[in-house]
This record gives sequence, C-alpha cells and structure tokens, in this order.
Amino acid sequence: MRPLNFERATDLTAAVKLKTNTKQFIAGGTNLVDLLKKEIAQPEGLIDITKSLSTAIVQDEKQIHIGAMCSNTAITTNSAILNAYPLLAKAVLVGASPQIRNMASAAGNILQRNRCPYFYDTTTSCNKRQAGSGCSALTGEQRMHAIIGYSTQCVAVHPSDFAVALAALDASVLAQSATQEKITIPFADFHVLPGETPTLDNSLPENAIITGITIPTNQFNSNYAYVKLRDRTSYAFALVSVAAALQLKGKKIVAVRLASGGVAAKPWRWHVAEKFLKGKTVNVAQFKKAADLVVASVKPLEHNEFKVALLHGAIVSALTEAAKI
Amino acid sequence: MAEHSANSRRHFLKTSSFLTALAFIPNSVKAFYTEAKNYLFTPKNVLPVQLTVNKEIHKLKCDSRSTLLDVLREKLKLTGTKKGCDHGQCGACTVHIDGQRALSCLTLATMAEGKSITTIEGLANGNELHPMQAAFIACDGFQCGYCTPGQIMSAVACVNEGHTNSVAEIKEFMSGNLCRCGAYNGIVESIMKVAAK
Repeated sequence: MRPLNFERATDLTAAVKLKTNTKQFIAGGTNLVDLLKKEIAQPEGLIDITKSLSTAIVQDEKQIHIGAMCSNTAITTNSAILNAYPLLAKAVLVGASPQIRNMASAAGNILQRNRCPYFYDTTTSCNKRQAGSGCSALTGEQRMHAIIGYSTQCVAVHPSDFAVALAALDASVLAQSATQEKITIPFADFHVLPGETPTLDNSLPENAIITGITIPTNQFNSNYAYVKLRDRTSYAFALVSVAAALQLKGKKIVAVRLASGGVAAKPWRWHVAEKFLKGKTVNVAQFKKAADLVVASVKPLEHNEFKVALLHGAIVSALTEAAKI
Repeated sequence: MAEHSANSRRHFLKTSSFLTALAFIPNSVKAFYTEAKNYLFTPKNVLPVQLTVNKEIHKLKCDSRSTLLDVLREKLKLTGTKKGCDHGQCGACTVHIDGQRALSCLTLATMAEGKSITTIEGLANGNELHPMQAAFIACDGFQCGYCTPGQIMSAVACVNEGHTNSVAEIKEFMSGNLCRCGAYNGIVESIMKVAAK
C-alpha cells in the first residue's frame, strides 16, 4: 500500500469540501482497502465519511430512502424493506458474507469495482485499470465475463446483487456535487457500459458523493424472486443472476420487472421480455418464451457460452418462483 | 578565518561540481532513485489511534495504512486473530466490532477508533472457555486450527444474530469462513449445540 493521508469528514458539506481528485472517500472499506493493498487504487489520501452520511431508512407514501451509510446487513433486516421491498433484502442476502455485509455501506455496494481477475492482477494489462493498456480478458479466460453490452476495450461484469434489485425496482441515486448541489441519477443511467471509456464505472460526477438511494413505491412485494447461480452455493459472485418481480391481477400480469447480474458491466434490464410478459397470463410456457427473447439478444464470448443456458433457466425459475406456480 | 575561507573555497568547488554532475544525470535515474528511496524508506503518515480491545484501552501510534488485523497482531501481540488471505476472502481475521462480526484485514485501524473490539482472546471468562470454544473442542470443529479463531468469532455472532434455525441457515451464515481442513460438519454441530442451550 502506498503512503496515505487520512482525514475525517464531520458532515456532508465537509466531506465534499475535503474531496479532490487525488483523494478517495472511504466508508465500509471492504473493496477499497483491498484495492489499496494491491495498489490498484492509488489515492494520496483517504476521507473517512462514516460520520458524514445517513444510516437511516425512511419510508413515506411515495418512496423509500436508504441512507448512503446504511449497512448491507441493515437493508436485510429493516422491517419497511422486508414488508414493501423484500426483493432488495433477498438480493443483498445472497451477496458477500455476513462479515462483509456488516461492514459494507449501501452506496459502497453500488460503487464497488468489478472482479475481473485481470483487473486485480497488476502484472497483466487491463484497460479499466490503465487506459489503453489492452484487455487481457479478451484473449484470456472470460468464463466469468459479460455476454451483453461489452466492448473490445473491456468485458468485465458488475458484481453487485443489490444493484440488480435496484435496477429492477427503478431506483434513483441521490448525490451531492462538488459544488454542494443535490443531484439525482436514475439507476438505469448510473452504471455505464465500457464503450471507449472502460476506466469509468458510473456516471457519478467527479468529486460528488452519494447521499442515498430511493426506490419508488411499488406493488412488487408479493410476487418476486432473486435467483443467483454461481460456482459454489454461497459467498461467490454470480455467473448469472435474475431479479424478477410481478404485479398480478388474478393470473394476469399487470406489471413486470426483469433484471440480471453477471451478464454486463451494469445490471441489465430485459425490457423486451418485460414488454412481452405484460398483459399475459402466468404460465411456464410464457416464461420460456420470455427467456427465449432474452437469450436471443445476448452474444457470449469464447469461454462463457454456458451462461446463455444458465440465464434461460434462471429467468424461467425466477419468474415461476415469483408467480408462485 | 583564513582556514575557514579556504574551506569555503573547497566547499564551493566541491558542491558546484556535484551540482553540475547532478544536472547531467538523466531524469529516469533520478526517478529510479526516488522510487528506490521510497521503497526502502517508506514515508509514513503516523496517526495517534486509541483502540478498545477486549475492554482494554490502548493508546497507539499507527501508520494510516495499518489494518486492524496488523495492529492487533503486531502491536498488541494478540495473535489469536489470524491472517489468512488478507483480502477479505477467507474469514480467518474475523473479530467483533461493536458486537458485530467484521473482517479485521479490511478495516483500517484508525477507523476502528471509538469502537469496541472483541477478539478470540476476549471470549473466555478467565479460565472458563466460552461455550462456543468448548463446543468446538467437543464436536471436533477443527483440525489444523488456523481458521478456528475466525470460525469461533463468526459462530458466536451467528448464534447472537439468531441464524441457527436449520443446518442450511447455519451453513449460509457461516459461508464467509473457509476451512481448508474441511471441518465444516463439526463446526455446524458446534453451533447447533450452543444455539440449543
């Protein structure tokens, strides 16, 4: 680890004031400390923001607001979330380990870097770590990598499960800009695809700080599922994951949300399948057709064609579980 | 004075020729020298840190980069907490911070200030083992023992959290602690034994 200055921000305004391009905010530290040890992150200083951000979860008739500093564990035990947004709790619970969930913050979860082995191996080239150095995964092992939305610059996937549920439930990211203005970023626009700028993970403006995450009120608290397929049953990143949420009127699908993790550099919403399912009657044959539409749109790499079959199965399973049939 | 001025002349000649020579050293060599100097004599940012470990207050001076794990082991000589992977993947370094299990390898020591830290050394009541420690012995919850302090700290938290309703639930909530000897069955049995009490 490189030498570091260490500062504590007493409140939000102070945190933004202290922030410069050569400093990084630290909260839970579960990803950042590792990146510092490997010298992938090389800031000159850290700003401790654990005392500057809210840990509260506040619900009103329009939405729920999750404070940026709210721990991942708190998301899984909060009664408002368990009653009204259980999909969120379900997704967070299948991510990481109890220790990490205790430490990690809500904002940190969505800001975590990808887990591509080449990104972490500093003896190899990686466009995300060092722009223009080349993508080792493209010609190396890409078993864990993307099947949609990638570019020739980067094929890494976003590792968060929480983010997949947030994408499915049309969340927004609230932040305070470098000039102390409040900004709102729709979750669909938060994470960005690699394109020609693979070093960028998200659209958070430079030196801005996330203050919270909001999710609009919905009717998805009865029929939902989060299916995560991975190399071992627990404590592993997804090969493929699916968040499914249905709003039913009898057997008819009034509204549907379908999103996946482990497939792209951002949580991926399957809008084509959602459009297809809306208005249909719940049955497995329809779910299979929806999954067909999804897999028709993906383009696996040399080593991860198996993800296509996994994704198809996970979509049918998740929708079936959500529909309780 | 005469001697002094002679010295000054010699000094001038020496320093000016040194500086001239220095100007001819390529920048790459200078950069290498700086890099080597930083590597051998790393500039440190030392902070005063007050830690409460096993109810004892310790006033320390720590490098800003020090992890809680390294401070516990190297400074406080509490070597019960183990360094496995040092990257948050194995759980060997699990301690309790304000009663919640956490990874000390991913916690900066300075950020643990003002919090109550419990390590494996703080579990026993004098010579009387904590029920979870006794259960691990009774149920063969370990073989080589390296992951055991982390397993026990995690197991105590698992019981406190109430995640012991089934074997599947225990396994899920103990998945952050790896055991290369494969003592998992004994670990689950130990937890069930303590949870049943």
